[in-house]
Amino acid sequence: MRRAIFILPLLTLALMAGFFAWSLTSGRDPASIGSVMVGRPAPKLDLAALREGEPALTDALLKSGKPVLVNFFASWCTPCLAEHPLFTRLAERDGATIIGIAWKNKRDDALKWLKRLGDPFKYAGLDLEGRTGLDWGLSGVPETYLVDGQGIVRLHFRGPITERDLNERILPALKGAK
Amino acid sequence: MKAVLALLLLVFAFPAFAVDPSEVLPNPALETRAREIGRALRCVVCQNQSIDDSNAEVARDMRRAVRERLVAGDNDAAVFDFMVARYGDYVLLNPPFKARTLILWLGAPLVLLIAGSALLLAARRRKAVVAPQPLSDEEQRRLDSLLKG
Repeated sequence: MRRAIFILPLLTLALMAGFFAWSLTSGRDPASIGSVMVGRPAPKLDLAALREGEPALTDALLKSGKPVLVNFFASWCTPCLAEHPLFTRLAERDGATIIGIAWKNKRDDALKWLKRLGDPFKYAGLDLEGRTGLDWGLSGVPETYLVDGQGIVRLHFRGPITERDLNERILPALKGAK
Repeated sequence: MKAVLALLLLVFAFPAFAVDPSEVLPNPALETRAREIGRALRCVVCQNQSIDDSNAEVARDMRRAVRERLVAGDNDAAVFDFMVARYGDYVLLNPPFKARTLILWLGAPLVLLIAGSALLLAARRRKAVVAPQPLSDEEQRRLDSLLKG
């Protein structure tokens, strides 16, 4: 019994080391705040079009029977620059339908940004006051959602998507949701 | 004079709120409720700041949404539900008591209980060990001689 006491610090050390090792290797992100949207019907979409002369964005776009990606972006957002080429590739190479929503962005600024970098968005909306963002549980830009053909949110990325996200999660989901 | 002024400023210092005057509702009762709710909602991009304390864009939107819900006639619980539906339990600075948060709520009292009973047990055992023993005859004689001498 007296001996057992001396094992306690070692046991604590082992427990902590195990936890740290798991944290380092499991890909757990302690800053992640998760998402309650995944697995639920997508929030409503009712937005003016970003590009003039186009029809407004509605819920119908999310229930077309084909999966769509919804990407919130802004011209003032640096990580958006980083992920933009991936969306261009998704649209051109993989034929993905992408809805772009300019969040808290002036129309002209967003349009200029898309003109400069290329416009991968089949539909584009303008959420100047961030109301749609709030309904979608957005914490900032960029964030990306994958909505399946029935209008259920399947993936939610907070922050820029990466090559790895694209290959390991987005592409399989796009194929699977068809 | 300067010292007095500095002291006065210190005494009457208010915590800095991020709530913009333009956001404030004309109805003071509703505004008071909005502040109470705002202090209990977490800004989702900050480290443990309430939306009332944060200047983040999303915090501003959340404050506006809280006020819009209140003006629309929602009670406080409905406003919290509105936020939880969008951001999950994470948005509540006072987390709810449920299966997932059991460790959070009961962990600390449990550790306290274990540590307390361990200390109590140890104390009891020590008392038993150091209970005073009567002096032996030899010791009594030595003590007597010392006291006399």
